Amino acid sequence: MTNHWNDYQHSDVMMAIGGNTAENHPISMKWIEKARETKGAKLITVDPRYCRTAAVSDLYVPIRPGTNIAYLGGLINYILQNNRYHEEYVKHYTNASFLINENFDFDAQNGLFTGAEDDPVRNATKYNMEDWQYQTDENGEILKDPDLQDPNCSFQLLKKHFAPYTIENVSKMTGAPEDVLEESYELFSSTGEPAKAGNILYAMGITQFTHGAQNTRAIAIAQLLLGNMGVAGGGVNAQRGQSNVQGATDMAMLFHIIPGYNPTPQQTHPTLQDYLDATTPEDNWWSNRPKYIVSLLKAFYGDNATRANDFGYEWLPKLDGLDHSHIPAYKYMRDGEVEGLICVADNPLVGGSSSRAKMDYQKNLKWLVSIDVVENETAAFWKGPGMNPAEIDTEVFILPACASYERDGEKANSGRWITWQYKAQEPPGDAKSDLWIVNEMFKKLQALYEAEGGTVPEQITRMHWDYDGADGEIDIVKVCMELNGYNTRTGELVTNFVGLQDDGSTACGNWLYSGYYNNLENPACKRRIREKEGLGFHQEWAFAWPLNRRNVYNRASCDLEGKPWNPDAPVIWWDENEERWVGNDVPDIPGTWTLEQSTENPFIMLPEGVGRLYSIGYQGVGGLRCGPFPTHYEPADSPVPNLLYPNATYSPTSQRFYENHTVETDEERERYPYIATSYRLVEHYQSGSVTRNQPWLNEMMPEMFVEISEEQAEEMGIRNGDTVLVESLRLYNNGEQGHIKAKACVTKRIKPLMINGEKKHIVGMPFHWGFMGMSTGDSANDLTPSVGDPNTTIPEYKAFLCNIRRA
Amino acid sequence: MSQSICLIDTSKCMGCRGCQAACKQWNQLPAEETTFEGSYENPPRFSANTWLRVSFREHEGNNSRVDWYMAKLGCMHCTDAACMQACPAGAIFRSEEGTVNIDPVKCIGCNYCVTACPFQVIGFDRLSNKTRKCTFCLDRLESGLPPACAQVCPTGSITFGDRRDLVARATNRVAQLKAAGKVNANLYGLDELDGTKMMYVLADEPEKYGLPADPQVPVQTRIWNAIFTPLRLLVVVAVAFGLWSNRSQTREIEQAKRGGE
Repeated sequence: MTNHWNDYQHSDVMMAIGGNTAENHPISMKWIEKARETKGAKLITVDPRYCRTAAVSDLYVPIRPGTNIAYLGGLINYILQNNRYHEEYVKHYTNASFLINENFDFDAQNGLFTGAEDDPVRNATKYNMEDWQYQTDENGEILKDPDLQDPNCSFQLLKKHFAPYTIENVSKMTGAPEDVLEESYELFSSTGEPAKAGNILYAMGITQFTHGAQNTRAIAIAQLLLGNMGVAGGGVNAQRGQSNVQGATDMAMLFHIIPGYNPTPQQTHPTLQDYLDATTPEDNWWSNRPKYIVSLLKAFYGDNATRANDFGYEWLPKLDGLDHSHIPAYKYMRDGEVEGLICVADNPLVGGSSSRAKMDYQKNLKWLVSIDVVENETAAFWKGPGMNPAEIDTEVFILPACASYERDGEKANSGRWITWQYKAQEPPGDAKSDLWIVNEMFKKLQALYEAEGGTVPEQITRMHWDYDGADGEIDIVKVCMELNGYNTRTGELVTNFVGLQDDGSTACGNWLYSGYYNNLENPACKRRIREKEGLGFHQEWAFAWPLNRRNVYNRASCDLEGKPWNPDAPVIWWDENEERWVGNDVPDIPGTWTLEQSTENPFIMLPEGVGRLYSIGYQGVGGLRCGPFPTHYEPADSPVPNLLYPNATYSPTSQRFYENHTVETDEERERYPYIATSYRLVEHYQSGSVTRNQPWLNEMMPEMFVEISEEQAEEMGIRNGDTVLVESLRLYNNGEQGHIKAKACVTKRIKPLMINGEKKHIVGMPFHWGFMGMSTGDSANDLTPSVGDPNTTIPEYKAFLCNIRRA
Repeated sequence: MSQSICLIDTSKCMGCRGCQAACKQWNQLPAEETTFEGSYENPPRFSANTWLRVSFREHEGNNSRVDWYMAKLGCMHCTDAACMQACPAGAIFRSEEGTVNIDPVKCIGCNYCVTACPFQVIGFDRLSNKTRKCTFCLDRLESGLPPACAQVCPTGSITFGDRRDLVARATNRVAQLKAAGKVNANLYGLDELDGTKMMYVLADEPEKYGLPADPQVPVQTRIWNAIFTPLRLLVVVAVAFGLWSNRSQTREIEQAKRGGE
């Protein structure tokens, strides 16, 4: 989140799109209700189902699963065509005026940007991005048109790109009625007024698509046009589905980043200098990257990291250009290339896409380690439905982990607040904290590598690993100190990341966290002082990365002179007497900067210094594989052609991993006529490992079900509560169709949608069930496709085709 | 007597059922074996082990607008409490806190309160031969704590506080909802049964939430109460004997069954 849950209280209009906030983030409704009660704020819900959030919304917009870019493109077009954008903000705080290479174009027939070429390695389209770059003068300065009139300026290109996203076209693609679309666009774009704040809140219904990253980009563009970034009550707010998902991402749970959102080194960067040259811009914040990387290497390798050996950079694993995320990892497993798997608090056989197939792939493992609070489906795959234990040689180890309430530690919530949590009770039996398990495992591994060697053993043997406390147990404070950063000579903790150096004199496990534990007496993450009055930033409650900043990009909450756009909710402002930024939040501007510098660079994380309407990788920072603008592509499993780009269907840059995996032919479209989406319920949590072993929760939501409209139920002769079979192409093997079982929930809350004049039925199903635990049932993810976004490879869980039959 | 009530503003309820789980947890009520029968509402009815349920009701208006209403339901703790009048054993009492509670020691398990309750929120426990229902968390109130349901509600849909304050707030909220186009918004529990300790702001008609439009103490209960109150002791003995003999018989049957297994 750029803002925080309690910042919603300052919003004038909120749009929940691709996120069922009432159901999956109930606390958000406290602040949404407050905004509605105190400011008369409005809530719009955009969702294929009339969900619990829709039930408490002012306006509900039904859309077909997988058409978020169509809907948001319509919003962008509406804002531009009706001059609803915040003109001053757009001119000065975005790259609207930047001129783009004249060769840049978009081929609407094929839905491709300039530079498309075959990518045989990924079996997809890739882009040569040469012609996407900014125009520069002989000194390398970017050329601009301050009046935004030049046909090659990004503002005009944006206008042109989204011109086809008329309300009429959007209605045909999404199925949302035209009047409802217009009402929602009118309402949300009212926040383009300088003193108004609009907030877009989302979750996995935006990200889990083959065009997920571009969905998020579309949100960012709309928010930049309306001047909603940086202000109180605004923002692009990715609501995390778990209390420490933010923390896990910060620590680089994804393969393409290393801690603190630094890119993972590639084989094409053999030396530290190569890596830093490729990823460090000349200007703005990421120009500090060398300090963060060298400090990270010092944290990894301690005294073994010296200037002479590139601080141990050569020992870091390097990517080979291939994808190593969830989907291909299981594909490699299928192909027998994976020997063992360690699953920490993860249950891919329920939570992963095409989960039934994954159960078979796990048979190829020699060993499997599952670290979890229960024996989950992934650990118990060998006794799953249709499995023959006698044929499976996989050795399974189950390490009992304790629950979060049974250990000390910190969490980073959706709003980036790092909060210390104390142990509430002792774990049962042999259960241990994840930290204890990792510490013991690593020490054993290190001893083994030292004794026996192996491939690049230095990765492990040279690792600085000293977290044992006096009592022989893991000392969590040592971990906290390393994350915060310290001086390698004196051992003194650094105040914050401004103190980090690139000469080896500091070590820091994650630069973003620097400052959160900078003293042992009263570490910031343990503070609990509520503010008495103010906007709700609570500066002395916990620690928000970076630098305890609550609203990021907050320079943009003020006009060019440094006065808040909304004087009623001032985040920061320029103090003319003191000649510096002051206010309710930590300014997102270096303290030494003049007003002029800060006005030219309100978005300090980007080398351009301004928000990107048009987004490309620039000086090694950012950019997406799939184009500078979001573009409507159909989901991989789609019932209809692409209305706007006739020769395109799904995202051309997204990678296929399996043959005959998604619906391609008319025969298949007939076989799987219904458009499905998957979701979570408030009563259960993720793969249900914990909640399906909780009788009070099972009592409320006892069984797997599928929601279908009354109209569809009548057509099919299905009554409420009947058992039905749900099928998809993922369960079609060698001419035999498999299915999952579910109870029918026949509801008024789902309606068929008119897609380009044709009636299409929509169905929805939760994905919490599996074959283990107290409440068992089939997993919706047996049906979902393993196709991913070209940038993140996040699977497309939220839009697929299925068939339903009476049992 | 305490003038504290709970105000349940259904327009702020999103159906998270935190209250339903909190009720079970605080009162340590075992979960029931349920099945999914086509509605989120579960368990389907009140029982000795289910004192609080959130209703989920779908409605479709003429303009094809769909509404999905949720509300926390349970004992209303009525001023004119049918259960108290129906109880022949005098087991149902009004506490110092103004709550209506069943004294398990005095309860003879006759079930008259179960049938008399206009909200059908009292359950009968066969094992202990007692009726049970929401206590308004009397044990918490006596310790200066709000009821568990109010404590846990994240949106402020359930609030606990002084009656006058909450009635004023509720009146404003109803006006606000009406102004926003909810023409049927109403305050429920102010006059019903001479006032209930669970009071509602309803965004629509009561029936749409599973609440009776005009809850009344059944006529039979009133007659019974008027005639038999003076003869209570006699009635208790008679009813208790009847139940005892019935129960002994039941036990014999059960034992016979168990023996046959």
